[in-house]
Amino acid sequence: MIFATVGTQLPFDRMLSALDDWAARNISMPVLAQTGASARSFRNLKAIPRVDQRTYAETMEKARVVVAHAGMGTILSAAEAGKRLILMPRRAELGEHRNDHQLATAEEMSVLSNVTVVHDAKALWDTLDAVLEAGADLTPALTLSAGAQPRLINTIQDFIWTQAAQPRARGLALRGLRA
Amino acid sequence: MSGNHNTPRRPRILAVASGGGHWVQMMRLRPAFEGADVHYATVDASAAVMVVPAPVYIYPDANKDTKLKLVLAAARMFWIVLSVRPDVVISTGASGGFLAIRFAKLFGARTMFIDSIANARELSVSARLAKGVADRVLSQWSGVAQATGTEFAGAVL
Repeated sequence: MIFATVGTQLPFDRMLSALDDWAARNISMPVLAQTGASARSFRNLKAIPRVDQRTYAETMEKARVVVAHAGMGTILSAAEAGKRLILMPRRAELGEHRNDHQLATAEEMSVLSNVTVVHDAKALWDTLDAVLEAGADLTPALTLSAGAQPRLINTIQDFIWTQAAQPRARGLALRGLRA
Repeated sequence: MSGNHNTPRRPRILAVASGGGHWVQMMRLRPAFEGADVHYATVDASAAVMVVPAPVYIYPDANKDTKLKLVLAAARMFWIVLSVRPDVVISTGASGGFLAIRFAKLFGARTMFIDSIANARELSVSARLAKGVADRVLSQWSGVAQATGTEFAGAVL
């Protein structure tokens, strides 16, 4: 099974259409897609507009390959589950997002051993074919541990605890109103 | 760590994260909350199963392009902050985190905004807004931190 997700906030029909075309030629491989805000229907995908957290985790666990927009939630979840991930970043010039941060995210995350970045339908089809053909040989080495970098954890811990003894601000502090 | 701090009670944390990546990143910060009294605020009620038995408050998802929802989110967030009365607010974004920090500052809370790792080239709008209000604003990219006068202290990945 292939799990596809474009998040829940914005449509991303360019990716879903490309995947729909691929699924039409590969009917033996079911594709479950979280289609989010897409208004279109896709003949060859099992489309669910919004997957709840439990279903999301279960589907991620079962998937052979994950195909997604370059959203950090998917990238982190796929890495935690040790799944191969094909990313297609959204582009602002095509009206797919408010800005091009997904291009930057995809570029930075392409260093992860489980990630392949594609920018068009053809590249998506070729990558899917290659990944499925290679089968178990391509199981990613990467399986992320459940926590952030120790330095970040320690910084937050210090912020929470070492300053906890300080008195709280007197009365209504108006500093926040001046932004 | 919780054994040798010197406050009379555990600090109460309000951890605020919108859906998708913001929430997943917050989940990766959970080891930092060990021993504290954590209350979560997020946009997706189905996320609550992941942090049982911690209390979870739901607010409407909004951004600068959905003005009416932003007003509703602000009203809801004010109520959440009033109910929880946190000592500390930690947010991984997005707009809801900024709102929580803004309101919690009125009650003297200490506040930290951690910009999403998705913002590899520039700060998010919420992080830029938080810069004027939060005690600490962190970017997960050292280059972005340097260019924007925010702090770098590692990343969730």
